[in-house]
Amino acid sequence: MMALTNVSKFFPMGRGKQLHAVDDVSLSIGKEQVVGLVGESGSGKSTLGRMIVGLHSRDQGDISYDGELLPTRFRAQDHLRYARRLQMIFQDPYASLNPRMTIYDILSESLSLQGRTDAAAVTRAVTEWLKAVGLHPDHMTRYPHEFSGGQRQRIGIARALMIKPDFVVCDEPISALDVSVQAQIINLLSELKASMGLTLLFIAHDLSMVRYISDRMAVMYLGKIVEEGPANEVFFNPQHPYTQLLIASNPEPDPAAERSRTVVPIRGEVSSPVNPGPGCRFADRCPNVTTQCALPPPEVIVSEGHRASCHLLN
Amino acid sequence: MTDSILSVRDLAVEFDTFGGVVKAVRNVSFDLTAGQTLAIVGESGCGKSVTVQSLMGLIPMPPGRITHGRALFKDQDLLSIGARGIRGHHMGMIFQDPMTSLNPTMRIGDQIAETLVVHKQYSRKHAQDEAVSLLARTHIPEPGRRANQYPFEFSGGMLQRAMIAQALACEPAILIADEPTTALDVTIQAQILELMQTLQQDNGMSIILITHDLAVVARMADQVAVMYAGEIVETGSVEDIFYQPAHPYNQGLQQAMTSNQQPDRVLSPIPGSPPDLFSPPKGCGYCKRCPHAMSVCAEHPPYLTAVDASSHQSRCWLHHELAPVHNNPVRRP
Repeated sequence: MMALTNVSKFFPMGRGKQLHAVDDVSLSIGKEQVVGLVGESGSGKSTLGRMIVGLHSRDQGDISYDGELLPTRFRAQDHLRYARRLQMIFQDPYASLNPRMTIYDILSESLSLQGRTDAAAVTRAVTEWLKAVGLHPDHMTRYPHEFSGGQRQRIGIARALMIKPDFVVCDEPISALDVSVQAQIINLLSELKASMGLTLLFIAHDLSMVRYISDRMAVMYLGKIVEEGPANEVFFNPQHPYTQLLIASNPEPDPAAERSRTVVPIRGEVSSPVNPGPGCRFADRCPNVTTQCALPPPEVIVSEGHRASCHLLN
Repeated sequence: MTDSILSVRDLAVEFDTFGGVVKAVRNVSFDLTAGQTLAIVGESGCGKSVTVQSLMGLIPMPPGRITHGRALFKDQDLLSIGARGIRGHHMGMIFQDPMTSLNPTMRIGDQIAETLVVHKQYSRKHAQDEAVSLLARTHIPEPGRRANQYPFEFSGGMLQRAMIAQALACEPAILIADEPTTALDVTIQAQILELMQTLQQDNGMSIILITHDLAVVARMADQVAVMYAGEIVETGSVEDIFYQPAHPYNQGLQQAMTSNQQPDRVLSPIPGSPPDLFSPPKGCGYCKRCPHAMSVCAEHPPYLTAVDASSHQSRCWLHHELAPVHNNPVRRP
């Protein structure tokens, strides 16, 4: 349904330097699938999500949606045209709602994309959606500052979903929330996905949550997808050394499991994505590095639908 | 407890705001055992940070007010005015956001050295050398060069290491870590937690760890205190808290987490949201969200009750002898 082919985004840094935020990434997302995208901060996962909904232009590659090529750079009319079908839920529930608009204004604005102006019908839809995300219809006259983080995140979800899009990019929708509220939002998304037939790109750094909600999981490191496959397969049988270390670093909420675990923390820190060399991006931190890692890593099919980019797997 | 190094009793903190008085911390008591890690867990706004800030004298007064309580460390009350010297010397603190907690206009080495000059009366030169060796102990590569750099030249993980180096400068008996890894990526989080554990083994210091991440608690803690709406609702060993949760809130938390041991378990969230601390409920703070609430819960605040023979305690009416036994999830026969 959504196919990304060799997509890249470079940000100019001046003096001929370029930051390779997303570098030659291919990913396809099937209808009604949830694809989880994980990686550390700066790995390019948000940039990738924003390119899909047209908030960033792309420098190379194609993104096609239902067989239709999306424009490289969205113009105002492209945003209007695609916003009905492509929506985004933002990470920061504090910054993504206009503080000077009431909840009614915020939610009805997205309905106007569909050209719905009948006041009674709009009010009915807003009421219905506030209930669907677990808020009270009386809340529609309030302003964003009157709500808690979890409640704002629900408003962001209602805004994205009420025009019934087909595809939603969820950029860290739960990382700003408390544990008990995270589970509420995850369950809400799962229910809405089932009832509306949504396709989701779920961006997060919480590996356990991504494994839980996703059908497939893609791991990004410094602008590259290093491993991609069925979520449980990637989580429980990781092949790329980075994925292995990432999952080994992920703490479990179980004291006995944590005590018995021998964690070898990953060495060093993420290197710079400015003008990277052609070799494997993870080579400087990889415990199994060899001389051939200076060459571009091959993409290896590990099993049906599970791929990883590493020389060692070749 | 005989080996308790810090003993907090009946701590209560209030804040004056435009909306009224917020009772942020209500009658919190706990003991920190020497050489161990106590984790204080809870959701945002439950009072966990305010609790430790009041121990460190970091509550802005006004609008804050410590209305009640004692915190005994070496027979001295940390909440009294004259305790400033003790805190600087014997207690260190690291904060959630390393980017905003260090002075951006001072070199890293100077910031660490300043602590030593003030508290240990080191000479500048001696303090500078000591700062470099502290950076080396926290595994910062090229510590000599790094000490001359400014915070903006450090990554988030390195800044957190620098802040740990600063907190350790005076070899504190107690390290308070307020969400030390929340702003960091999971691989860097693993490095920082590992570093804290190694340093604890080397120095024998005690750690108070504030976090909302139960996986970090499982990794680090010996003892756990679960806070909700300004109160400690359950306290016990880390095994008690995870394997024998007694308070309905803690039981709810355990069900709301993903488990990779049971990959297919469905998450059950806790409905609703925490109470308004402008007017804390008359009875139990959790009763509006509690699936087992009884009429007594709305009327009378429950008290901490021993759950078993060990230190495991929970603040819930379901532990009372008159509570119904039928389907009572917290009373064990």
